[in-house]
Amino acid sequence: MPEIMKTSRLTKIYRLGEVTVNALQDVTLTIERGSFVAIMGASGSGKSTLMNILGCLDRPTSGRYWLDGIAVEGLDRDQLAEIRSQKIGFVFQNFNLLPRMSAIENVQLPLLYRSGDTRDADEAGRNMLGLVGLVGRERSLPTQLSGGQQQRIAIARALINEPQILLADEPTGQLDSHTGAEIMGIFQRLNRTRAITVLVVTHAEEVARYASRTITFRDGRIVEDSLRPPGAHADAEGPFASTEVSP
Amino acid sequence: MRHLISSMRIAFRALEVNKLRSALTMLGIVIGVAAVIATAAIGSGAKQRIQQQIASIGSNTIIVIPGSLTSSGLRLGTGNAITLSESDARELPLQCPDIALAVPVVRGSGQIVYGNSNWATLLFGTTPDYLEVRDFSLVEGSPFSQQDVVSGNKVALLGKTVAANLFGEIDPIGQSIRIKNVPFTVVGVLAPKGQSPTGQDQDDVVLMPISTGKRKVIGVKSANADAVDAIMMQAKSGERIQAAQEEARALLRQRHHLAPAEDDDFSIRNMTDIFAAQEASSRIMSIMLAAVASISLVVGGIGIMNIMLVSVRERTREIGLRQAVGARTRDILAQFLVEAVILSSAGGCAGIVLGVAASIIISRLANWNTVVSAGAVVLAVFFSALVGIGFGYYPARKAAYLDPIEALRSE
Repeated sequence: MPEIMKTSRLTKIYRLGEVTVNALQDVTLTIERGSFVAIMGASGSGKSTLMNILGCLDRPTSGRYWLDGIAVEGLDRDQLAEIRSQKIGFVFQNFNLLPRMSAIENVQLPLLYRSGDTRDADEAGRNMLGLVGLVGRERSLPTQLSGGQQQRIAIARALINEPQILLADEPTGQLDSHTGAEIMGIFQRLNRTRAITVLVVTHAEEVARYASRTITFRDGRIVEDSLRPPGAHADAEGPFASTEVSP
Repeated sequence: MRHLISSMRIAFRALEVNKLRSALTMLGIVIGVAAVIATAAIGSGAKQRIQQQIASIGSNTIIVIPGSLTSSGLRLGTGNAITLSESDARELPLQCPDIALAVPVVRGSGQIVYGNSNWATLLFGTTPDYLEVRDFSLVEGSPFSQQDVVSGNKVALLGKTVAANLFGEIDPIGQSIRIKNVPFTVVGVLAPKGQSPTGQDQDDVVLMPISTGKRKVIGVKSANADAVDAIMMQAKSGERIQAAQEEARALLRQRHHLAPAEDDDFSIRNMTDIFAAQEASSRIMSIMLAAVASISLVVGGIGIMNIMLVSVRERTREIGLRQAVGARTRDILAQFLVEAVILSSAGGCAGIVLGVAASIIISRLANWNTVVSAGAVVLAVFFSALVGIGFGYYPARKAAYLDPIEALRSE
């Protein structure tokens, strides 16, 4: 099965009092396994709505969605939570770290809700922090770390359950361009070496340039879907490309 | 298990961040549980004291007092007429199969003098069986005998209080005292019994042969020299009390020549009846106090619910994040329930400490008997946990069913 996500005529309608907003209209789309996709568009174009539905956080008003072959629209809350736990890692614009928990505790958080996991939590947490270059900061609190470090903790947290998909919503939105490039470098490396499917929602061209495919939204519809040949982006070999990647 | 431990850790951390708030929230439960424990301790203390008093008087004891004399259609109150006699007391155990013993009692009061000391006390003239009927024993000396009663010897048994006040450290046995200026010889000292149900000191008493009492000290209050103030009886066993009462009533009516339509000219009471009434009133008091205490537990529970709702609102985004990384409905529910139960149980434990302390202070200051029972403590812990679950459920459920997207977007 080459495609990991497939949607058919996804529609999402919000009703705000008298007004109805069509956030998504008849979106049919296929995401290949192991691809690196940027979803672009102005705010209100429906890209975040799509991201939420693809991430099983939200359900479409109509249309169908298969994730890894599973028809998601018929699942209940807890079944969706199970899928998020097993298949999807989230990275948010504002990091969403729990402020009173140390770096490693934040990274370990998804392990709490993973059933049947017998791995050693400390070892798994340290491995993930190593993967994003934060060895030795296990006990730091998020407030003691820079924005880039916080986002790396968030990425480590997204990876700890070994998901097949990483969903990142404006992951560089609160970072300066240099730090943003570092974070995008990590995504690219994970995509290449671990074959994780990466979806990044962004409105910044320089972020989208890391992706091999760019889907552009306007008014809840896809207006452009373009492929970029692998390796076309010269800056892709960022500062982290040289870092050793642990298996 | 990993889950529960981590839920507890999360909960402790959340409570720790708002220490003052958590402490104030617990206060309601603390006061509620302390009130329940203290009232239960007072209630069971009172009950225990009543039971001890029944035991001290003897649950087989029946008292007959004269009274209810009808004179020309005018009914006089209890104790106004002297209708009981020494011969009644003699006949009762002989004629009634369920009565073991019966003793006549004449009552008076007077000043007792020994050397420079003097003491006013109650004087009882009776027969040697009185000791057995009242379950008195002697700490020193020996009881007076039937021969003393027949001869009217001037011998006396002193209650512990009397002996202590007159003699202090001196051994009273064989000493000569004057009761209302009549010289008596002390032959024995009664073992202490403590307070009676009505609060009287049962050890503040002097016993003497009924004949001596009537002739020399207490005097005769009626034209009938055989008259007595009361007859105390002992039933053969606790179960035979009712039967013994009926037999005594029938015999006394016959001996007093009462026609079937006439009222009794005496009243028969047994100790158990008297205490049962007292126990019932103290039980009603306990129930009322417990009801008030339970209300404060409920108020404490509402406080917990209030704070949990605030906590859920404050941590909406955290809840959204947990949902995004895979927390199911029951995970979030458990997290907030654990937090509420920790709040209420910690309050409950503090309440137990406070309640026990309050019981001790009450028993010291008010001189009430209090008994902290293990049952009350277990019940208090159980109820405070129940309050936590009960009042924590709504906020926890609210958290568990938040929409993940809205929760993540919240401030």
